[in-house]
Amino acid sequence: MTAPFGRRLCEVAGNVVSGGYRIFSLLDREGPAPEPGQFYMLAAAGSWGEGGGRPFLPRAISVAEAAPAKAGVRLDFLVEGVGPGTDRLCELEAGEGVWVTGPLGNSFQTPKQVNPDAAGAILVGGGIGIAPMAIWRRHLVERGIPLRVLLGFRNQQHSGGLDELFCAGGTLCPDVRLASEDGHAGHQGYVTDLLATMLAGDDATSAVVYSCGPPAMLEAVRALCSEHGVACELAMESPMACGFGACFGCAVPKADGGYMRLCVDGPVVRGDAVAEVAHA
Amino acid sequence: MPDFCGIQLEHPVINASGTYDAIAARRVFGDALLEDFPFSAFVSKTITPEARGGNQPRRIWETPAGMINSIGLPNKGLEGFLAEDLPQLAELPVPLIVSVMATNREDFSRLVAAIAAREEVAAIELNVSCPNVHSGLIVGEQPAETESLLAALRPLTEKPLIVKLTPNVAAPEAVAVAAESAGADAVSLINTLKASAIDPLTRAPALAAGHGGLSGPAVRPIALQQLRAVAAVTEIPLVGMGGIGSGADAAEFLASGATLVAVGTENFRDPRAGSRVANELETEVYEAPSRL
Repeated sequence: MTAPFGRRLCEVAGNVVSGGYRIFSLLDREGPAPEPGQFYMLAAAGSWGEGGGRPFLPRAISVAEAAPAKAGVRLDFLVEGVGPGTDRLCELEAGEGVWVTGPLGNSFQTPKQVNPDAAGAILVGGGIGIAPMAIWRRHLVERGIPLRVLLGFRNQQHSGGLDELFCAGGTLCPDVRLASEDGHAGHQGYVTDLLATMLAGDDATSAVVYSCGPPAMLEAVRALCSEHGVACELAMESPMACGFGACFGCAVPKADGGYMRLCVDGPVVRGDAVAEVAHA
Repeated sequence: MPDFCGIQLEHPVINASGTYDAIAARRVFGDALLEDFPFSAFVSKTITPEARGGNQPRRIWETPAGMINSIGLPNKGLEGFLAEDLPQLAELPVPLIVSVMATNREDFSRLVAAIAAREEVAAIELNVSCPNVHSGLIVGEQPAETESLLAALRPLTEKPLIVKLTPNVAAPEAVAVAAESAGADAVSLINTLKASAIDPLTRAPALAAGHGGLSGPAVRPIALQQLRAVAAVTEIPLVGMGGIGSGADAAEFLASGATLVAVGTENFRDPRAGSRVANELETEVYEAPSRL
């Protein structure tokens, strides 16, 4: 599947606060529905760098959820304002325009595609990285694939998205377990503590782990999976100017030497394909 | 219909080397890329004699109205380019210009001879923003180095040779004159400006290489001045570039002596920026010259 050639103007359908994050929605009338793990390059059509000259480049944002709309597809994005680009995206108002290129990059493979002997999936999301876990969880549930979801946050201020993306009927989905470093929700500690416990159990060796989150967490997930001989797919992030292979900025070191371009060779990467998840 | 060194082009907008990977873009966007190709000629990423992996990340950093990059010229090397990339680039619907770089005259000659021999190649751009390993000098910063390199390469091909100037000199026009006198068919400018950024969180250089090259609208006035200075002392065609993002921007370069303009960083923001700039030039600028 290819993306429509070029950037297109999409309308903001909504933007809500969710804890310390925002979830904004775009109405995409032209693009195909995204696969879980894919991302879009996004830039507000107005007030994108006019004042201080930043943000200048579009921002690569993973899609958190997608649903058929009256005319096209509704795309949901989970964002936290951490710089001029994401700050501006957090301010988007319904009705305004956003330049959209995508869907871009590859997507998650089912557990059986990754490992023919695999029986189920373990999803591990951290912080804003819970976004691609949401759309992937729904796809797996629809296919009847057994799964467990582990989500971690630093603290209450740096958390959100659960009500909209991981709840049904007002309660957290039963397959979801939480961890928080400050103990405000679930296990007090790292989400990788929960993963370590799970991988130590007998039934986990037949699972495939899928993960997205900050580099230190991804590296812990990669190392744990490697230690237990469990296959994993990591949705990674890297500084990216274009999203379609032009800028060569998003280089990630490969396990067998050299670099991959995360935009066209990722963003979903097998754990054994990268030597180590480095801080960008 | 611009004539550039005898090559007929549909419009005056091409890409800057290293800012568009047509092979990757075709994987991402499909054959729609070919049906509405954004540029009237395609300039490849710079090819070096041997394969290069490129620099360690971090490689890019956003700056006000621009970005700094230190990509490090990743490419498959001459052999890999000829075997894997050239056949795919030959499928593009526009003339192909191949950018090359080497660190000594022998390697430069080998590159130019091998690439000029391929009929798929319309012209060659010489990236001279590199050191000569024998002298230690950046070729494109020295009129004499540039002149002697061109003197060695000129006899190797009748295809147009374009010299890509570096802006990191006091007088780019002196290098342009040297290139012209030694037989260059055209000059392109500007390459990126040497620049640094500090990561506010670590107070350390933001890029792994410590520094890189600045591009984007921030450099446009500098590019225009260097273009004007070079145009004043040369007769050969000029390719102007540096922060072009619209037809109005392109018109400033054409009004300053450029035969063609190249879009670079704007491609990252808009994969069809080349077509848009060409259309804006045609419809907004030429038909409403008062907007200049």
